[in-house]
Amino acid sequence: MDPMFKKILIANRGEIALRVIRTCREMGIKTVAVYSTADKDSLHVKFADEAVCIGKPAGADSYLNIPHIMAAAEITNADAVHPGYGFLAENSKFSQICADHGIKFIGPTPEMINKMGDKITAKETMIKAGVPVVPGGEGLLESVDQAKSLAKDVGYPVILKATAGGGGKGMRVVWEESEMEKAYTTAKMEAAASFKNDGVYMEKFVEEPRHIEIQVAGDQYGTVCHMSERDCSIQRRHQKLVEESPSPFMTPELRKKMGEAAIKAASAINYESVGTIEFLVDKHRNFYFMEMNTRIQVEHCVTEEVINFDLIKEQIKIARGETISGRNYEPQMHAIECRINAEDPYNDFRPSPGRITTLHTPGGHGVRVDSHVYAGYVIPPYYDSMIGKLITIAQTREEAIDTMYRALSEYVIEGVKTTIPFHLQLMQNEDFRKGNFTTKFLESFKMK
Amino acid sequence: MDLKQIHELIKIINKSNIGEISIEDKDGKVTIKQKEEPAVTVAAPAPQVYTAAPQQAPAAPAAAPAKPAAPTKNDNLLTIKSPMIGTFYRRPSPDKPILADVGTEITPGKVVCIIEAMKLFNEIESEIKGTIVKVLVEDASPVEYDQPLFLVEP
Repeated sequence: MDPMFKKILIANRGEIALRVIRTCREMGIKTVAVYSTADKDSLHVKFADEAVCIGKPAGADSYLNIPHIMAAAEITNADAVHPGYGFLAENSKFSQICADHGIKFIGPTPEMINKMGDKITAKETMIKAGVPVVPGGEGLLESVDQAKSLAKDVGYPVILKATAGGGGKGMRVVWEESEMEKAYTTAKMEAAASFKNDGVYMEKFVEEPRHIEIQVAGDQYGTVCHMSERDCSIQRRHQKLVEESPSPFMTPELRKKMGEAAIKAASAINYESVGTIEFLVDKHRNFYFMEMNTRIQVEHCVTEEVINFDLIKEQIKIARGETISGRNYEPQMHAIECRINAEDPYNDFRPSPGRITTLHTPGGHGVRVDSHVYAGYVIPPYYDSMIGKLITIAQTREEAIDTMYRALSEYVIEGVKTTIPFHLQLMQNEDFRKGNFTTKFLESFKMK
Repeated sequence: MDLKQIHELIKIINKSNIGEISIEDKDGKVTIKQKEEPAVTVAAPAPQVYTAAPQQAPAAPAAAPAKPAAPTKNDNLLTIKSPMIGTFYRRPSPDKPILADVGTEITPGKVVCIIEAMKLFNEIESEIKGTIVKVLVEDASPVEYDQPLFLVEP
């Protein structure tokens, strides 16, 4: 076990930079903030012990610029770097460069990042480890006939996906064999047009999936544990808006099975640090590995509140070589998180950067606010639109929702548009309150 | 000044970042103030026709008082700012002379200092012409992006 770090450089910005600084303060570790010229008035800069300007606003010039960040670590003598989430958090090259410079990257090794970063490799690793994956063929489809015969094995409905794809392009759901020929042809055409690559593969189409992920942690000696689930099905265009733990769809049996699968997944790569295994769960409670996020996540606070652990502290302790007990943790409370974005929910969630003229954050029992904004702060247009996370904790799900509604009503942010009105309406939505939702939920949700 | 002109002035102020305008002509003086404190941004300055009164710091309770955007001119002096992060050196090596000192004449392309990062020594060239009036950083001290290094009289 190495001595505890003396100084950590946070290679990030916004609320997560503040989050890491807070835990470092409690642990007596000095902090270095890095910032682009657009972030010089940012709260993480004001809160850190030292701050270094690392470049112009664009990511490539600042928060994604490895040489600039390494130079900042060098002149401040930081002995570790926390990458937060996004930016360089899952960049194996950055993890490697830190190692080469004798600076501890607070996260997994480059090998672990690479094993889970490539979707095909990750899937193969999971199959070998005995983790259920979305059934499908291996490799690209060669012909309509092959597609038809594969679909018979996999079982309809199936989905054809572009291998070079994303954003829903080059995807076709096929419900029965008679639809296959047309779906195959149009999927390939669309893939070629969108990505210049008409390669298409097949997977079982998971009907009405819920997105349920399991938080895991692994130390440097091979011990892995899980900290139960978060339900993140409320998504708009694949962006999470609300997360909660426990999942309203969970049963003790399903949690045990998914927890074991998550531990198998993390153990298969000897995972070090905290991470999350994402699963799709169908209406029959069959679950399938989707991907692994080898970093701390935005919604980690939800788990923190229901198991009462500081996950950033655990991350730092693991990084310096402490062992974990190996105990699994189950939710003791209910927690919900609403991501507050500077977007206009009445105008297709159009981003709304600008100056915050008035700010009043909610408080009281069962309320946690993780936010980096303040009255007078100018939200820069260069970065993502999340300006805060509102988390409520209660004994029951219903009370957590009622506390959330109350807290949202108190949350005053003026000068920019925010998604608070959307969250208020969601908290009063009957299906949401009943726990009847899948990842399709927001497609039919309309703002009143 | 007639009411119509004052009306026009009010419309213009409402759309701009100006906090306060005072206009004096042979008929008298008009002062118009914004109700809300204007945003302190680095946007283009107000049209040259009007003289804007100094902006007041916004009343932000928790935040440090906002300073106006750092001027790159001190009177007519120009600032050479650091283009990178690293350790600032005034000489290329301990036995060589200082590259640029107070009084040194510089032209575009002249190496004014060395900034070292990760064992790589980078020669920093001036982009401007003039005479160095002040050296703002101590030898062998860390510098960040955009940090002012030299004041130069053009």
